[in-house]
Amino acid sequence: MRLILEKRETSPAWLSVASPVIAILLTLCAGAILFAVIGKNPVTALRVYFLDPLSDGWALQELAVKATPLILIGVGLTLCYRSNNWNIGAEGQLVMGAVFGSWVALSTHGVAHGAWVLPAMLGMGALGGALLALVPAILKARFQVNEILTSLMLVYVAELTLDYLVRGRWRDPKGFNFPQSVNFDPQATMPLLFGEGRLHVGFALAVLVALVAAFVLARTLKGFEIRLVGEAPRAARFAGFDDRRTTLFVFAVSGALAGLAGIIEVAGPIGQLQPSISPGYGFTAIIVAFLGRLNPIGALIAALFLALTFIGGENAQIALKIPLDVTRVFQGLLLFFVLGCDSFILYRLRLVSREGLA
Amino acid sequence: MGIFEAILLTIITAATPLALAALGELVVERSGVLNLGVEGMMIIGAATGFAVAVLSGSTLIGALAAIAAGMVMASVFAALALGLAANQVATGLALTILGIGLSGLIGNDFIGARRDPMAKIVVPYLSDLPVVGRVLFQQDPVVYLTVALAAGIWWFLARSRAGLTLRAVGESHVSAHALGLPVLRIRFLAVLFGGGCAGLAGAYLSLAYTPFWSPGMTAGRGWIALAIVVFASWKPLRALLGAYLFGGVTILQLHAQARGWGIPSQLMSSLPYLATIFVLVIISRARKGGTDAPAALGQPFVADR
Repeated sequence: MRLILEKRETSPAWLSVASPVIAILLTLCAGAILFAVIGKNPVTALRVYFLDPLSDGWALQELAVKATPLILIGVGLTLCYRSNNWNIGAEGQLVMGAVFGSWVALSTHGVAHGAWVLPAMLGMGALGGALLALVPAILKARFQVNEILTSLMLVYVAELTLDYLVRGRWRDPKGFNFPQSVNFDPQATMPLLFGEGRLHVGFALAVLVALVAAFVLARTLKGFEIRLVGEAPRAARFAGFDDRRTTLFVFAVSGALAGLAGIIEVAGPIGQLQPSISPGYGFTAIIVAFLGRLNPIGALIAALFLALTFIGGENAQIALKIPLDVTRVFQGLLLFFVLGCDSFILYRLRLVSREGLA
Repeated sequence: MGIFEAILLTIITAATPLALAALGELVVERSGVLNLGVEGMMIIGAATGFAVAVLSGSTLIGALAAIAAGMVMASVFAALALGLAANQVATGLALTILGIGLSGLIGNDFIGARRDPMAKIVVPYLSDLPVVGRVLFQQDPVVYLTVALAAGIWWFLARSRAGLTLRAVGESHVSAHALGLPVLRIRFLAVLFGGGCAGLAGAYLSLAYTPFWSPGMTAGRGWIALAIVVFASWKPLRALLGAYLFGGVTILQLHAQARGWGIPSQLMSSLPYLATIFVLVIISRARKGGTDAPAALGQPFVADR
């Protein structure tokens, strides 16, 4: 007797909705086991991790703040992965967006300027991310260089660039030699949504981006092109779509969104440039894209769940002395379970006897 | 010891983890599987190897534990990518994310601990030769093992029947399956081998290259190893050469920093990554868009009974 995979004739519709939910449940079970192994009460730990962050208004605001960059990047990566372009350098594009956008903030620092400063920062941020993303895209379209490796290598280059700037020419001269820039002026910071708290306009922008992307992907010719290039490259070529142009387009868009996420983080929750501005949003967004079933609205929901893992991780670190790395473990496990569950949409497992195989 | 000799010595040390990880991944890819989790398996190897070496007091036991840890990680990948035919790119990324997290958990209690780096094996008489003596005949055992492994893999792939089978599976799993070859079993063994190599590569970082553990210490070397496989056109001896070349870039960067040439250190540190991109472009141009990659690379396989 042995187990084999067998292709399904039809994929049941309920399974593609249930798959991410089952994946989350399996992750929670694996998490309980993990907590037990490192000697913590699993029930307490899971409560601190996944329920406490949802307990009050302040916590919910924090959830939306953490979800903002994940939504923006996750939606961009969704478009990329749909068209079979593997941008995994979003972390670097986020950093480069923060650098480009901060240039506007720092060069207008201390001078009274009009309302154009923040929009200019967001624009420059998007440009910075897009320019960095276009490097692997051009290398792929022009020379067929593997985009996975090049986009990833640029993450390290972008992080080193940021490090150079905040330790060097952009360092706050009055900052007691700490490697950080000056605090951004009020004109260069994200306005708060409710006039108080931490929730800023960036969240509304991110939700808008997800809605627009969902519309573009489902209802426009460009969206059809992206889906067709990904699913049936030959058919796309016969239909007259240039897959190299698609590559450049999706990389530019996903890079711009990651760059936007970067400058929004710096101009919002952080308020200044530092050597490290992201706890790995660019990599977590890869999971967002898959958990959201490569659908922009799905990415929106998935981003909220993954934001929970960041906040829960911080809570668990303070309340239970659990290392912050547990967050990454959770995220990795979640991606495994998502991919595993998704297999059952296409295949079913069957137990067959050896004779039956002959 | 002259400066030239010192540079050669450090290049070999810097190249060894790259070569090990690249050789392992090369065998995996020759069997038609793309495992992007090298960085994750490597950092788990670094954390486990160091932790076990500190606890047991033995470098050898640490290294063996690292190999085992790499293989455990690889079998998780295999369960999904081979067993459930999941997307190999995404599964490999998941392996890296999980590996970085787990390595933090494992290594957490060992931050600040130190061990003596791995002992060197001195070949009598030969190590007294000028210049090449110390470079070639006074290295730690893993350096010799890596060179032997490259030769062994070359022989296996080019000359042995089992190697031919492995390559057949990597070129066309459909034909291989039709011939009655156990495609998934062969791929599983290849993935395990790759995991063991990546685990040892990581242990080399924490037990020989630097005698301590620090979070994120692989610093993208797993990804550079993947690029070396492309650079090497999936040929083992070229992969060894490629690793020494990249080791050279890493060391050049360190020496330039030490001499204070007035170049920003961050620019020097980004050299290995920029060099990787540059080399990938040169390779693709030289091949004029064609590729030497195994034909079935990255495609999931589901037997039709």
